[in-house]
Amino acid sequence: MNTNTEAIRAENLTKIFKTRRSEVVALENVNLSVKDGEFLCLLGPSGCGKSTLLRILAGLEKQTYGKVYLKAKNTEKPLTAVVFQGDSIFPWMKVIDNVEYGLRIRGVPARERREIALKYLKLMGLEKFADLYPPQLSGGMKQRINVARAFASDPEILLMDEPFGALDEQNRLILQQELLRIWEGSGKTTVFITHSIDEALLLGDRIVVMTAQPGRIKAILDVGMERPRDILSIKSSPKFVKLYREIWEYLREEVLKARNFTGSGGK
Amino acid sequence: MNAVEQKLNRSIKIEEISGDSDKSQKGSALFLKILSFLSPLFLLLIWEVLAKLNAIDVRLFSSPSRIFAALLPLISSGELLYHTLISAGRILLGFIAGAVPGVILGLSMGLFPPVRALLMPLVAVTFPIPKLAIMPLILIIFGLGETSKIFTIAIGVFYLVLINTMAGVLNIDPIYMDVARSFGANRIQFYTTVALPGALPMIFAGLKLGMGTALLLIVAAELSAARAGVGWMIWRAYDMFDIEKMFCALIVLAFLGYIFSYFLDFIEKVVIPWKNS
Repeated sequence: MNTNTEAIRAENLTKIFKTRRSEVVALENVNLSVKDGEFLCLLGPSGCGKSTLLRILAGLEKQTYGKVYLKAKNTEKPLTAVVFQGDSIFPWMKVIDNVEYGLRIRGVPARERREIALKYLKLMGLEKFADLYPPQLSGGMKQRINVARAFASDPEILLMDEPFGALDEQNRLILQQELLRIWEGSGKTTVFITHSIDEALLLGDRIVVMTAQPGRIKAILDVGMERPRDILSIKSSPKFVKLYREIWEYLREEVLKARNFTGSGGK
Repeated sequence: MNAVEQKLNRSIKIEEISGDSDKSQKGSALFLKILSFLSPLFLLLIWEVLAKLNAIDVRLFSSPSRIFAALLPLISSGELLYHTLISAGRILLGFIAGAVPGVILGLSMGLFPPVRALLMPLVAVTFPIPKLAIMPLILIIFGLGETSKIFTIAIGVFYLVLINTMAGVLNIDPIYMDVARSFGANRIQFYTTVALPGALPMIFAGLKLGMGTALLLIVAAELSAARAGVGWMIWRAYDMFDIEKMFCALIVLAFLGYIFSYFLDFIEKVVIPWKNS
C-alpha cells in the first residue's frame, strides 16, 4: 500500500491487561491500515478488544507490543478526537461550551470557537439548545452534542466508539443519517466501532471483522457503495443483503466462540 | 384555632374532591406550608402557656415574652449587633482560611495518587481528633488574640472541605477525564474544566457541613479569652445567670446559621447552575 495515502497504520499491535491473578490478552497481533479519508468500521462481538484498539489509537491506552503510526498533515489541528460510547458530555458546561471544548483546549480565541461551535450545532439541529445544560437534554441530543464536539475540534482522525449504541432505533437512524451528511462533507479519516452489521454497512467504506477474545482481525471487507449514501436505498439493495450474510457468517462463529468465555473485556 | 382548623379541613377537602390534580397539588402545597409555618408558633405558644401556669421554672427556662422583653433593649442599644458582627467576622475569616486550602489540597489529593498516598495517612490520623481537644494547644501557640479563634474555626472547616472535595474528584466519572485527555488538556485545564466543576457539588456539601462546625466552634472559641462575640455573650450570661440574654444569643446563633446556609445555597445555585436545571 502506498504510505502517502495512509492515515493510520498499526503493526503487530498487542495489548495485555495484567491483573494480580491472570493476564487477559485483549488484542493480539493486529495489523491495520486506514486510508486517508476512509470510513473504517470495526465490527466484532462484545469484549473483542474493539474499544481497546480505539483507545490505543486515541492515546488513552498504551499498547503492550507493536507500533502505531498516525499521520498528521497539519500540525495545527489535533490528531484525533473521540466520540465516546457513554454519556460523556460535561454536565457542568452549557451545550455550546461542550461543543467548543476541543477548541478551547487548543487555545482558539473565544469568538472564533463560538462561531465554529455554532456551525456544528446548526448542522446537528441543536442551535436552539446552545445555552441549556445537558441534564435538561435527552440521550439522543447528548450524543449529537458528542458528535458535534468531535467534529468542531477539526481533528485529522475521528474515532467513534459505538456512539449510537445506547440509543433507540429511531434516534439511531436519524443520527446515522446526520453523521453521514456531516461526514461526507468533511472527508475525515474515521474509525467507527459498532456491533451492528447494519450500521457498519450503512456508514463504512471498509469493515474490519474482529475475532472474539483475544481480538484479532478475522476479515476485512470492502463495502463499495457509492456516496453520498441514502440509508433507505442502501438497506434495500441486493449488495447490502449479500454483504450482511457474509459478515454474519464470520460474526456468528465468533459470537458462539465468545459464549464459551465467561468473562467479557469491554463494555 | 377554629378558623385554622376550618382552613385545614377545607384544603383537605379540596384534595379529596377535586379531580383536577393541579388544583389538589396546589391545595396540598398550601396545606404543607401552613403546617410548617404553624409548628414553631405552636411550640412558642405551649412554652408561654406553661410558663404562665408555672408548670416550668421561668428562672431556668424563661419564657418567650421574657426573652422578647430582653431582646428589644439589646437590639436598640446596638449591643447585640456588635457581638453578632464580631462573631460573624470570625466565622467568615475562619471559614475562608479553612475552605480555600481545603479545596486546593482536596483537588490535588483527588487527582494525583502520589499526593493522596503522601497526605492521606496524615489526614486519616488527625481528622478524628476533636477540634475542641486541640483548643488549648491552639491558645498556647497563637495566644489569646483573634488568630487562635479564627484558626480553631479554620481547622474544623478545613478537614470537612478537604475530605469532601477529594471524594468529589474521585467520584467524577472517568469518562470525563478521558474526554479531557483525548482533547489534550494540560494540567491546569484539567483542574479548571473537569476536576473543579465535577467536584463542586461535593465541595458544597463540605462547605455546608463546615458551616455547621464553624457555628459550633465559635461558641467554644469565644469561651476562652474573648471579650466580645455571641459565644462570649452566652458564657457571660452563664456567669451572670442571665437566662434571657443567653436565649437572645442563641436566637442570634440560629439566625446566623440560617443566613449563612441561605447564602451558601444562593452561591451554590449561581456556581452550579446545572444541578437543579
